[in-house]
Amino acid sequence: MSIGVMFRELMGGMGVTVSIFFLTLLFSLPLGLVVAFLRMSRLKPVSLITGIYISIMRGTPLMLQLIVIYFSPYYVFHVKISSSFRFVAVIIAFALNYAAYFAEIYRSGIQSVPRGQYEAAHVLGYDRRQTFARIILPQVLKRVLPPITNEVITLVKDTSLSFAIATAEMFTIAKQIAAKEASIMPLMAAGLFYYIFNLVVAWACERLEKHYSYYRI
Amino acid sequence: MSEVLLEISHMKKAFNGQEVLKDISLSVSQGEVVSIIGPSGGGKSTLLRCATMLETMDGGSLRYLDRYAAREEDGHCVYASAQELREIGRMFGLVFQNFNLFPHYTVLKNITEPQLLSGTEGAQAEKRARDLLTDLGLSDKADAYPFQLSGGQQQRVSIARALALGPKILFFDEPTSALDPELTGEVLRVIRQLADEHMTMIIVTHEMQFAKELSDRIIFLEHGCIEAEGTPEELFSSGNARVSDFVGRFRL
Ligand SMILES: Nc1ncnc2c1ncn2[C@@H]1O[C@H](COP(=O)(O)OP(=O)(O)OP(=O)(O)O)[C@@H](O)[C@H]1O
Ligand SMILES: [Mg+2]
Repeated sequence: MSIGVMFRELMGGMGVTVSIFFLTLLFSLPLGLVVAFLRMSRLKPVSLITGIYISIMRGTPLMLQLIVIYFSPYYVFHVKISSSFRFVAVIIAFALNYAAYFAEIYRSGIQSVPRGQYEAAHVLGYDRRQTFARIILPQVLKRVLPPITNEVITLVKDTSLSFAIATAEMFTIAKQIAAKEASIMPLMAAGLFYYIFNLVVAWACERLEKHYSYYRI
Repeated sequence: MSEVLLEISHMKKAFNGQEVLKDISLSVSQGEVVSIIGPSGGGKSTLLRCATMLETMDGGSLRYLDRYAAREEDGHCVYASAQELREIGRMFGLVFQNFNLFPHYTVLKNITEPQLLSGTEGAQAEKRARDLLTDLGLSDKADAYPFQLSGGQQQRVSIARALALGPKILFFDEPTSALDPELTGEVLRVIRQLADEHMTMIIVTHEMQFAKELSDRIIFLEHGCIEAEGTPEELFSSGNARVSDFVGRFRL
């Protein structure tokens, strides 16, 4: 196989990897906020169930979650699994898993905003929605940005776990070519790709943090 | 006799069964400056927080002008509707010990946004904010962020922020306690200026000399009860052993 063909095949996988990355963020970042609210709910059963969900997501391997979600339609509902479900299963598993991590980050961010901010807003006539949207959330975003950055960088590397259900992403393809051609080159190329991807992600996150550095808490 | 702005009667408040306020009654008239003094843990902050509805009281009634925020009905304390409470909330302002400015807003936005949310038109809100900043000697700080200001400046901004909403009564909870001694003067000066303009104020403070000079009335609160109450002369020369013991510690 020529280098050109190899790269073309890897490129296809790269597209899938990037899609997994962005779709996961697209769903898990907002979902995490919802989960954080449920976790902080005053209704005991709600916060308890959410707590269990978070603890399972964080306490078991993502690869296992991936496989369970991929095969559950077959084992639970006895539906035949179509191959197009692979990608959907990956997005569902990643979104659910990362939402749990993000929820805990949001929660600690929300709880670290001093009570006085809520009280000042209340006395100044802000209603609950205005208080959260205008006063609390911007401060939470600034506080959670560094830990979110860490998770996002982990996500870039975690996308490779979807090889477990044979999704045609970068790492899966690199492994296949490496086996077929008995060459380590494809794996090196894949490694280089993840590394550069992460440099870009880190740079973007840093820009965002800079954007929020005009004030101090 | 001027109008009664605030009437608290038989206010009670307990935290986990521990009574912090026991039957507090207090009325404040237009233009009065009332200071609340007393030992730590006596319930001063709790009284202010109940009066400003940051804390719900367990018993008694709370009235601003002719509007009840809470009233006693067959042994229970019943609060008015959320809408009514919001409107009553516009009658007073509260200045916190640790300022509680919004760190992500400039000084100007800290003062204008609450006005905008309460329906004031933009240009007018900004004009009022700038006028207040000038009055309080902060005209050059409009575009600064709170972290760029000294504690004394932050506290003056938070006073401006409260005043911008045009409250009839202003509450202060130890407005200078979080400040370095050399910065308390600038904040006390602002409060004195407000007293000269006949702003109605209720001030929790440990600044005895200041309370003595400024107040129309001083309340001594201990163990959740008003132990003594009167003009500064009455209170500081009273025979009440607790009061003179407490005041004596401040070497007047
Ligand atoms: N949210 C709360 N939960 C439980 N106990 C509380 C709470 N707030 C106040 N207390 C208790 O109520 C009592 C009175 O507190 P408060 O803060 O009103 O006193 P204070 O007179 O303002 O004291 P200081 O001069 O130290 O500010 C204290 O014993 C305090 O521990
Ligand atoms: Mg206090």
